[in-house]
Amino acid sequence: MSAPEVSLAISVFLATAVEAVEAFTIVLAVGSTRDWSSALLGVGVATLVLACLVAALGPALTVIPIGVLRLVVGGLLLIFGLQWLRKAILRAAGAKALHDEAAIYQREAAAARDAAPAGGVDAYSFAISFKAVLLEGLEVAFIVLTFGANQDDIPLAALAAGVAILAVVLAGLAARAPLARVPENSMKFAVGVLLTTFGIFWGAEGAGASWPGGEAALPVLALLILGAAWLMVRDLRGGRPRLAAAPS
Amino acid sequence: MRAAALGVWEFVVGDDWRLALGAVAMLGATALVAAVGLPAWWVGPPATISILYWSVRR
Repeated sequence: MSAPEVSLAISVFLATAVEAVEAFTIVLAVGSTRDWSSALLGVGVATLVLACLVAALGPALTVIPIGVLRLVVGGLLLIFGLQWLRKAILRAAGAKALHDEAAIYQREAAAARDAAPAGGVDAYSFAISFKAVLLEGLEVAFIVLTFGANQDDIPLAALAAGVAILAVVLAGLAARAPLARVPENSMKFAVGVLLTTFGIFWGAEGAGASWPGGEAALPVLALLILGAAWLMVRDLRGGRPRLAAAPS
Repeated sequence: MRAAALGVWEFVVGDDWRLALGAVAMLGATALVAAVGLPAWWVGPPATISILYWSVRR
């Protein structure tokens, strides 16, 4: 496996794992409180919609000229990466509350208990699970498509995403609880750095720039972004009290 | 329709539209520098770090 392929697999794996943990918490809360079969039906239908999206858009993206693709996709990845990194920096600095899966689980479970009961397929369980998986999955689908299309290896990106989902589901089944101990913010920090790095790299290439050393510039760029983000955390921490974890 | 547009905006742009605008401006500047035949790779990293720093300090 080449270095860019390894970077692709790690980026997609981490991003997918973070989103899968968030979706898992909601499905677990709804399924264990109300109706597992309806919740799992929602998961299945959402997964099918996402798979169709990737299958339909994947081949379409590969026919776009590579320069245009890199400019557009690089720009979008950069915007995504900056959003992830901004939130991760603010959370690491204590300026924004950490994501708390246990609190989210409690909140979702309480809402599920309060919702009206239903016979047959439970529309509440189906809708909440479907929405959670679809919304978290859309970001994953976007990352799979953009990374995969740019490196002409959508199957590898999809495989990395699949392995991440499997790992989260197996860990969740083993724990039989929300995955509150997953270092979500550290993972989001890493994903933010990777998305921003690839966004700058591909976006600049699409805009007509040539990087010294070609793809060898990627790790240098990643270290630069990581170092700058770390300095921003230190700068923001100066005298600021840390916030407690919050549900969202 | 409005909800769909808001959803797309929320998905793509997120909670700080200035970051998205800064990213687009940075790529535009890179394209301009490249178009006049100068090396343009150096534009992105400092511009991106500056945009991010400005956003987190706000």
